Amino acid sequence: MEQYSSKVMEHFAHPHNVGEIPDADGVGTVGNPVCGDVMRLYIKVDKEVITDAKFKTFGCGAAIATSSMVTDLVKGKTVGEALKISNAAVAEALGGLPKVKMHCSVLAEEALKSALDDYYKKKGVPSPVKIPESSGHEHEME
Amino acid sequence: MRNVYLDHAATTPAHPKVVEAMLPYFTDKFGNPSNLHDIGREAKNAIDDARAKTAALIGAKPEEIFFTSSGAESNNLALKGLAQANRQKGTNIIVSQIEHFSVLHAAKTLEKSGFTVTYLPVDKQGLVDPADVARAITRDTVLVSIMHANNEIGTIEPIEEISAITREKGVLFHTDAVATTGWIPVDVKALGVDALSLSGHQFYGPKGAAALFVRKGVRIKPQIEGGIQEDGRRAGTENVPALVGLGKASEIAAADIPRRLSSVAALRDRLQKGLVERIDHLVINGHPSRRLPNHLNVSLWYVEGESMLLFLNMEGISVSSGSACTSRSLKASHVLTCIGTDAAVANGTLLMTLGMGNTAEDIDYVIEKLPPIVQRLREMSPLYEDMIKKEKAG
Repeated sequence: MEQYSSKVMEHFAHPHNVGEIPDADGVGTVGNPVCGDVMRLYIKVDKEVITDAKFKTFGCGAAIATSSMVTDLVKGKTVGEALKISNAAVAEALGGLPKVKMHCSVLAEEALKSALDDYYKKKGVPSPVKIPESSGHEHEME
Repeated sequence: MRNVYLDHAATTPAHPKVVEAMLPYFTDKFGNPSNLHDIGREAKNAIDDARAKTAALIGAKPEEIFFTSSGAESNNLALKGLAQANRQKGTNIIVSQIEHFSVLHAAKTLEKSGFTVTYLPVDKQGLVDPADVARAITRDTVLVSIMHANNEIGTIEPIEEISAITREKGVLFHTDAVATTGWIPVDVKALGVDALSLSGHQFYGPKGAAALFVRKGVRIKPQIEGGIQEDGRRAGTENVPALVGLGKASEIAAADIPRRLSSVAALRDRLQKGLVERIDHLVINGHPSRRLPNHLNVSLWYVEGESMLLFLNMEGISVSSGSACTSRSLKASHVLTCIGTDAAVANGTLLMTLGMGNTAEDIDYVIEKLPPIVQRLREMSPLYEDMIKKEKAG
């Protein structure tokens, strides 16, 4: 396997925003323990601005690092801006990911989308979030 | 910082005496064993000596040892070579589902050329039932291949019982003894096998030197052709220094196995006890007693293996993980799946394999460092959070 970048290792060893937000305005859980990663992302929103984000993740080094990075990236952004954060942006902010670990950045994007979707639903407004039909990643062949 | 290497199933360091024995064969004694002049003969004598020592370690005759480059090559040669050379006797092969991929993939290749393969299941402790082997053998069966011990969970298979069955039915029997040779007694006569794979770097020899034992009189088709080396069964100029190293490692192991068995097993038991006492929701994989003396394979619920491995590495501790995330296929270990480990739990698996260099202080250091890592990762885990909430809800 390719090695992790120093940025990934930094976020893995000292992840930012670990924890729960008990009165979160949006919560999203994605992934599958069978595949080795589950992410739960909490957001707190005030006047359309994400004031806080926290996560809990079961997963490998890349899964923890992408969770840490995506929660960093959304803080201070409006929900509209957060919707535009892509997996590529998360991976890029971490100085890249090994090819076999790109699915972790996809999972981070999905966790964020899922939390935003929950936020809109809780607010009672139509959700503009498009959740991909099959969440998670395809298994490669051996 | 302390450095604790607990990944001896991946590879071992070469013994200093092994390196010492090898060195002259890179420079002064550089000859090609196929040449008749003195320089060539010197190299030929060296590999003859290595062959005799390797044979002595497993109770074989020197002419029954064929040198290869790796355990994977030995397994490929055994499966394909024995099946192809004895095809007129039948085209069915029997293997266990927990074999190393070098056996499983060789079997898959044979399936593409008209062989049928029967894959035998194992029980929750990883044991093959000899009665299953007896039932699976048909008039068309030509070869059975069951590993001596599993390289991941360490379970030692009932090879003697299986060989009694294959002998009675007149079927060839190969065993992959890469995980056992040099660690526990391996005797081809006692095991009753027709072919056996071993690899030098698994027991303090160099990488690139391995062997396949083939009982005298058993036909095998070469997989690398074009030379007279290894009695025509494996072409290519011999890796003389590495083979000298394999011979030396075999000689050392033959004298050292009783000590390896007792001292390493005591440390392994200390590690197991220490971890079981300090970490809840922990499962020991493999057989409780029929297990390699240096193996400890544990699944820890609600945490993922690679993240544990990386944190242990930061503390100077080297282990392996059975998690999906470290494999290209993103699938958990096929061995854990076969013994019925829940796929999610399998992802939280660590394989710790001890060696002669480990001390009680090393083990106590691991017992001290692992529990807080597990705790930290569990506090980060949504699965652990869900479990705690469920427990509270009663």
